[in-house]
Amino acid sequence: MAVPKRKMSRSNTRHRRSAWKAIAPSLVTCVNPACGAQHLPHRACGNCGQYGAKSSRRQVL
Amino acid sequence: MPTPKKGARLGGSPAHQRLILANLATDLFRYGRITTTESKARTLRPHAEKLITKAKKAHLGENPLAQRREVLKTIRDKGVVHVLFTEIAPTFAERPGGYTRITKLGPRKGDNAPMAVIEIVTEEYVAKAVTTPAATKADEKPAAAEETPAEESTEETTDEAAAEETPAEESTEAAADESTDEKTEGDKA
Ligand SMILES: [Zn+2]
Repeated sequence: MAVPKRKMSRSNTRHRRSAWKAIAPSLVTCVNPACGAQHLPHRACGNCGQYGAKSSRRQVL
Repeated sequence: MPTPKKGARLGGSPAHQRLILANLATDLFRYGRITTTESKARTLRPHAEKLITKAKKAHLGENPLAQRREVLKTIRDKGVVHVLFTEIAPTFAERPGGYTRITKLGPRKGDNAPMAVIEIVTEEYVAKAVTTPAATKADEKPAAAEETPAEESTEETTDEAAAEETPAEESTEAAADESTDEKTEGDKA
C-alpha cells in the first residue's frame, strides 16, 4: 500500500493552505424598491424572491 | 426523444434518468412550478415541452387518443395527464413553443448546488411585432450595410450545401466536409 515517505512539514502545509483563497462574488442591488438587498446577478433575489428588470419584474419564489 | 447527452446521466443510469425526468415532469404539471437543481431543470425543459406539444396537438384534434397514450408512457398519473390535456394545453393554443421558463436561484445550502425554478408560463401570449429584415437593414447605418453581402454569401453557401447533401446519399461525413470547406471559402471570398 502506498504510504507517505516523510512527515509533511508545517511550512509545506501552511504554504499549500495559503493558496486556498475565497473570492467575494460580485453582487448587484435588487431592483425591487421595497427590498434593495444585494444578490447574485442573473438570479432571483434571495430576500424578496423577485427576478427581472424594472419593467418585467416578477415573483419567482 | 432528445438524443441522450454525453457523459453522466441524472441519477447514474439511463433508467434512473428516465424516472427522474418523468417524476419531475409530473410534478411540474401538477404544481405548475418546481424548484430543482439547474441541471435537472435544463434537462427537464425539452422533455416537458414535448409533452405539452403532444397535449396541444390533441387539443387541436390531431389523433387525441394516441397523443394521450404517448404522454401516459411518461406521466403515469392519469389525473395529471387529464389536467395537462384539459387545462394546460388550451392555454398554449396561440404560443409557438417556449411553454416553460427557468429562473436561476442561488446555490443550495448543504451541497452548494446551483438551484433554479422551472415553471409553466401562465402569461397571455403576445406576438412580437413582426419586423421585416429589409426594413431593419434600411434603418441601420451604412456600417451595417457592409455586413449584408457577407450574410448573403453565407446563405448561398448553406443553400448549396443543402442542395448537395440531398442528392448525395453516400457518406454524409464527406458531404459535411465539403459543405464546411465551402463555408470557409465563402467566408474568405
Ligand atoms: Zn429583493
